[in-house]
Amino acid sequence: MDAESLLLSLELASGSGQGLSPDRRASLLTSLMLVKRDYRYDRVLFWGRILGLVADYYIAQGLSEDQLAPRKTLYSLNCMEWSLLPPATEEMVAQTSVVKGRFMGDPSHEYEHTELQKMSEGEKVFEEEVVVQIKEETRLVSVIDQIDKAVAVIPRGALFKTPFGPIHVNRTFEGLSLSEAKKLSSYFHFREPVELKNKTLLEKADLDPSLDFMDPLEHDIPKGSWSIQMERGNALVVLRSLLWPGLTFFHAPRTKNCGYIYVGTGEKNIDLPFML
Amino acid sequence: FLTPSMEDLTSPKQDKENQELGEARRPWEEIAASSQDPESGLSEPLESEQWLETGPQPRSSPPQSPQSRASPPLDDVRGPGAPSPPSPAPEASFIPSTLALAGQQLAAPWQSDRTIDVNPKAETPRSHHLEQSDQGESTAPQTCQSEGDTFQQSQQTERHLYGPEDVSDNNSKQKELRFNIFQEEDSNSNYELDHTESGVSEGAPSLLEIAIQSAKAYLLKTSSKSGLNLYDHLSDMLTKVLDERPENAVDIIESISQDVKMAHFRKKLDTLQNENEMLPIYETAEKQKALFLQGNLEGVDQELEDEIAENSLPNVMESAFYFEQAGVGLGTDETYRIFLALKQLTDTHPIQRCRFWGKILGLEMNYIVAEVEFREGEDEEDVEDEDVTEERDDGDSDAEENDEDELPRTFYKTPQVIPKEENRTGANKYVYFVCNEPGGPWVKLPSVTPAQIVTARKIKKFFTGRLETPIVSYPPFPGNESNYLRAQIARISAGTHVSPLGFYQFGEEEGEEEEEVEGRRDSFEENPDFEGIQVIDLVESLSNWVHHVQHILSQGRCNWFNPIQKSEEEEEEEDEEKEEEKGEEPEYMEQEVGPPLLTPISEDIEIQNIPPWTTRLSSTLIPQYAIAVLRSNLWPGAYAFSNGKKFENFYIGWGHKYSPDNYTPPPPPPVYQEYPSGAEITEMDDPSVEEEQASRAAREAAVLPVAEMGESEEDEDEDDDSDQE
Repeated sequence: MDAESLLLSLELASGSGQGLSPDRRASLLTSLMLVKRDYRYDRVLFWGRILGLVADYYIAQGLSEDQLAPRKTLYSLNCMEWSLLPPATEEMVAQTSVVKGRFMGDPSHEYEHTELQKMSEGEKVFEEEVVVQIKEETRLVSVIDQIDKAVAVIPRGALFKTPFGPIHVNRTFEGLSLSEAKKLSSYFHFREPVELKNKTLLEKADLDPSLDFMDPLEHDIPKGSWSIQMERGNALVVLRSLLWPGLTFFHAPRTKNCGYIYVGTGEKNIDLPFML
Repeated sequence: FLTPSMEDLTSPKQDKENQELGEARRPWEEIAASSQDPESGLSEPLESEQWLETGPQPRSSPPQSPQSRASPPLDDVRGPGAPSPPSPAPEASFIPSTLALAGQQLAAPWQSDRTIDVNPKAETPRSHHLEQSDQGESTAPQTCQSEGDTFQQSQQTERHLYGPEDVSDNNSKQKELRFNIFQEEDSNSNYELDHTESGVSEGAPSLLEIAIQSAKAYLLKTSSKSGLNLYDHLSDMLTKVLDERPENAVDIIESISQDVKMAHFRKKLDTLQNENEMLPIYETAEKQKALFLQGNLEGVDQELEDEIAENSLPNVMESAFYFEQAGVGLGTDETYRIFLALKQLTDTHPIQRCRFWGKILGLEMNYIVAEVEFREGEDEEDVEDEDVTEERDDGDSDAEENDEDELPRTFYKTPQVIPKEENRTGANKYVYFVCNEPGGPWVKLPSVTPAQIVTARKIKKFFTGRLETPIVSYPPFPGNESNYLRAQIARISAGTHVSPLGFYQFGEEEGEEEEEVEGRRDSFEENPDFEGIQVIDLVESLSNWVHHVQHILSQGRCNWFNPIQKSEEEEEEEDEEKEEEKGEEPEYMEQEVGPPLLTPISEDIEIQNIPPWTTRLSSTLIPQYAIAVLRSNLWPGAYAFSNGKKFENFYIGWGHKYSPDNYTPPPPPPVYQEYPSGAEITEMDDPSVEEEQASRAAREAAVLPVAEMGESEEDEDEDDDSDQE
């Protein structure tokens, strides 16, 4: 959700019970402005929070002018002092995938993971148990990256591709119509397209290159990994990710108000097929 | 007011343009000449002669002639009675006259268009120019008549070429015609100043101007949808921009365009579809209107009920305020709607105590759950329900008994159904009402059975939001979604409803007498002497929080039910089955015991090194007024707060238990072993011939007369006989 319209967005997203206490709100409104100034971001998003056992991580993201360019992620424990997280790498994701369970809330906490590594001494090859230390900060980076890539949502038309390539916020976006708002195909993954390249020419024929440059949600696997609801008598559409429970996307049809927030434990719901 | 500045700005450019155009124009002269139709060619000289004559008095007569040329075709279009378009004559002669710059005649079409478009209503500037033009006229030298001729001619022909086109379009073209006239006039009056350039522009309908004209014609095309045309739209937009002078106009040009269009907005023709889309909003609003009006709708006999109703209604807003401090909650307006919905519930049912339990998220709709306690003796509906179900069970077993007697009946007895707990006790202590959204109808959930709880522990399903949805699962769930919802509510309540230590105490009368037999007490009452606990203590020590809802045993009940007593006949089978379940002594089932009521939550079991609760102070900035917030890690979404004296529990989430490992479906039940092959199963070999003969001989010898009588039988029952003996 946009840092500038934070209060309205929080109100809209409150149907899932994911709020912020008044002091957090106030401090976010203040500190995100400073973040925007200091880091020279074009736009600052309040991304959400990850519930830890001891403390919660509050996450914000800074966007450059090109909306799809890699985003800078910051975290804070008290909503005032923000620290920049390093960009996520494939290595990190692979490394942290072995860690299960809840976050602690202490970025310097180290998870211990024992794994078997093949050691070769001369001709002998034997396996040895090696204790790998994984920092929670690394895990945080990779989880945020995974969530962003999997379930960050943007309605169709809110961004447009300029002829020169960069993707900008569409000023003329006036919200989805009601009939569109009920379909998953009107929502896109807020990331660089992955599946779009694999589409056939026939499928691409109807796409508007300036708007349809991202992957729509409707082809997500497994089917049914989104819950789409009209709340307040169709005045608000709410998408909840079932794959990453805690991610809520809201959009008031026919207005520009839209955004997503993640409040959860930072764990993927791997039981999804059983639960549908 | 605009013109001077624009002229200043544009003129240098136009100079350049002009030169370029002049070069470009040359080839066109030939083309234009050849493409003239004979008629125009004929009429041309006449016109130009007239023009020539009137040339020196530009103010009065020359404008007339173009006007007269233009008006007849226009009249045709608009009908004979229509007034001729306002004469542009006086205005026509002035604009360029203020310009002392060379090359103006080519720039003129642009310029005149712009000035007039931008200020369609700008009559005053025009008149102002008129005066100026007078002066300009008078000072203008009138020497170069001959050159003027040729140029005029070219202008004429050019205009003639466009003439038919213009006429064929709608009357918005009038403007354009007028512009043409201006343009001629411009060039005419300005001409004298333009010695050097005139040669270049001599007598040619330029390609550029044709292109301009056709582009203009295109822009003037009326849209079939809105009835607008782009030309007017652009001019309106520019007017707006110049009127309002917004900052960074180029950035918001889209919205300006939209505003202008909205201003033009005419009544939509297809309102039908539009209204249909809006309908659900109205319906909800209508439903919720009832919530806000209910206070007034109540009748006179309210007074008596009021006392009770006021007690039964919880102060939702107060606890919502505290939960908001904790960062949980539904937003102010939704909470208030729920508050009103609860009031509606307490007004329409005989409810002694009511509480906002929480919200369970679903795939299509959500559930808002209210926890209520009926007044004594007013929950008879339940009893009826139970009877019905019991009868049904009996009927089934009766039907089975009437089957044939001869064949062996199945030894398998369904595991004994553990009866559900009575209302107001155990897991059925409270009654739960749900609705999908505030204002919707409240639906009472059925009471929960142990079997449902046991099964619900083994499955993990999303709620859909529709109570009748069947739960498709392994192991099969006895009931539909309303039962599953009820079972989850029971489990969540049992796990997460906590209160500060000392707030509740065991009741003295009922608790000890009735339940002491089993060494457990299941009722409690509020401690009148509760003095509150320091918030900081509540945060620092989990042992200051206690469970005030009974623990649910793995049997599925809160109070132990001994399945053996009631079924002494099948004791053995029971034991065998139970043995598998509990792994306890087979002969006497040990009573299953869970933590008693009011056990501190510090004794809760850890979830694989994860503490089951997280406590926190709501604000670190102002700790003196902060409240203690408790978050369950076992049931994500369950919260409790306490400010020392008050407390409340709240759940919002998907209704699932947390586990660090992924869900594993229960293994299939063991395959039943076949009957062991023993004496009853194996048969002897058939008797051999020798044996039969021997036995027959023995029989004949023994009883002869009998054999004679039953000879016929013997043939049939030979085998049986031999077997028997």
